[in-house]
Amino acid sequence: MRVYPDVMNPYKAEPMRLIRRYPLNEDVHFFQVRAVDMEKALHLDYLPGQFMMISMIGYGEAPFSISSTPSRPGLLEFGIRRVGTITNAIFKLKENDIIGVRGPYGNGFPVNRMVGSDLVIIMGGLGAVPLRSLLLYALDNRDQFGKLYLLHGARTPSDMLFKQEFFHMMTREDLKCFLTVDQDDTGEWPYDTGLITRLIPRLTDIDPQKTFVTVCGPPVMYKYVVDELLKLNIPKHQILMTLERRMKCGIGKCGHCIIGGYIYTCIEGPVFTYWDVVHMQGLI
Amino acid sequence: MRAVKMKKENLYDFLDSIRTFGKLWGPVKSGKHHALSEIDDFSKIDLKALRTKIPFKKLLVPPRFEMFAFREGKIEDDIEDFPRQVIFGIHPCDIHALLIMDQFFEIHYPDPYYINRRKKTAIIGLSCIPDDKCFCKTTNTNYAERGFDLALTDLEDFFIVWVGSSLGDDMVRECPELMDENITRSDLERYIKWRDYRESQFKLDMDFTGMPSTMELCWNDPLWEELGEKCLSCGSCTVICPTCPCFNVLDEIDLKLQEGRRVRKWDSCMFQEYSMVAGGHNFRESRAERLKLRFTHKLQAFVGKFGEPACVGCGRCIDNCPVDIDIRTVGMRLKGEEVKR
Repeated sequence: MRVYPDVMNPYKAEPMRLIRRYPLNEDVHFFQVRAVDMEKALHLDYLPGQFMMISMIGYGEAPFSISSTPSRPGLLEFGIRRVGTITNAIFKLKENDIIGVRGPYGNGFPVNRMVGSDLVIIMGGLGAVPLRSLLLYALDNRDQFGKLYLLHGARTPSDMLFKQEFFHMMTREDLKCFLTVDQDDTGEWPYDTGLITRLIPRLTDIDPQKTFVTVCGPPVMYKYVVDELLKLNIPKHQILMTLERRMKCGIGKCGHCIIGGYIYTCIEGPVFTYWDVVHMQGLI
Repeated sequence: MRAVKMKKENLYDFLDSIRTFGKLWGPVKSGKHHALSEIDDFSKIDLKALRTKIPFKKLLVPPRFEMFAFREGKIEDDIEDFPRQVIFGIHPCDIHALLIMDQFFEIHYPDPYYINRRKKTAIIGLSCIPDDKCFCKTTNTNYAERGFDLALTDLEDFFIVWVGSSLGDDMVRECPELMDENITRSDLERYIKWRDYRESQFKLDMDFTGMPSTMELCWNDPLWEELGEKCLSCGSCTVICPTCPCFNVLDEIDLKLQEGRRVRKWDSCMFQEYSMVAGGHNFRESRAERLKLRFTHKLQAFVGKFGEPACVGCGRCIDNCPVDIDIRTVGMRLKGEEVKR
């Protein structure tokens, strides 16, 4: 007997096949999946900045940022760090294994409002995962945006995620790409060393009023990066950041991701503006 | 609204005649308190019961239930259907809480587990006389005009039976011989007299008007730390609150690691790990932070989203919190009012 004759069950995950996986660094791996049902694989629409719930039968579910871009339909990509029960189970997966994925959830980046603006993408460490989605989206829709900057910081060259991809982007003319590491453990790092905040003054030719800046990285990064951005006169509501919270449902019911008592991160977030941070208490 | 009369001695016959509408639940004395229990013997129903220890929500989102089963890594679709049920004897405050829960579970992504149980549930409300912990008069939840299928007003020797839905009408028509369609002028006077008496019996008040801005201004109030020192993080406030919907989702697996089920369990924002993410970072490490979350959610967030605070004045937290951190005390303290006990 079917239990849900009238209401679609949003808690049921879609079976997806793991197509590829490989390490991005020591504890972050790249996972590329595709819905088993090809119709669904091709029609899964989402926005950069949205997330999916990955369901590991027997272990549970957790939210993961989407790292691929909707402008390349069919495949979903994630960058996952091994850090808990569910990610440990994910790291045991082999290519061709089937997992459950449901979503997309959350607000995502307002890509339609960003059309015609300059775009600066600032990513630190694991923050590269969600912002890669926006970066690839912007490159695929290059004529919709003005100037395009990528600022990416990692602890060391071996920690840097999507290194080869970003090295390749250094050669592009339609993107200004700055990469930096806190410490060069290889002695062969060809680009900048030092904190990511040192790269921000290089945003010399942007029109601040017409610029959107997206920031994602470790919690400690936000304050210093935002301070630098405010010095450039970027409006507070055009500084966008994506936040992390515990989630059990992804659909505004379980309560764990509530911020400040009134914001469900999974519905109203995970993308917030710096203005939200200023006027909503408890955001970061 | 359609209303009929039913003699009090007809109640058991009436309940007997609506057996086909589902399993009957009602308030039964259990120790010092009342529990919402399955009724096999009508005489166990206590018509004078006020708040049941655990509210009706346990019948719509059970404390623990199976979302689905899985076997060898595959989800099995076949889960037993929900039985139909009739909840008898819930009071206006809880009917308002039910309306809040209905809205909450239907907004954004309708929750199929709640909605399917809700559709199979009939509500028969019952009038009450407040005790020293009720404050529904000042939360404007002391009368329910909707949210029930039938509602009974107890006027000593007879009930006024308010018919609130088509299903309720079916119930009444199940036993026309027990119902009297003719409500007289003197019945009406009895009803108004009863209503005036009930109004006069409220001993507590709590005005939540303007609470959202008060909460905003009290974000850094030292009261939160003071209450955090006292709070035991026991979570009983969230268990007994009729408008607390939060839950956890867990996979339970058998010892052979072959079969298991995904289960949903009530969770409490008072628990330390409630906001903890993988890797160990806790967004609400302190009890003060967690208390602030709970009361801001009830008194500020719900007003913004649904137009009303998520407190119906049922008095359960006043009755149950072992250290007196109930919503009325918190609200009054934040407003700088003195709380008498």
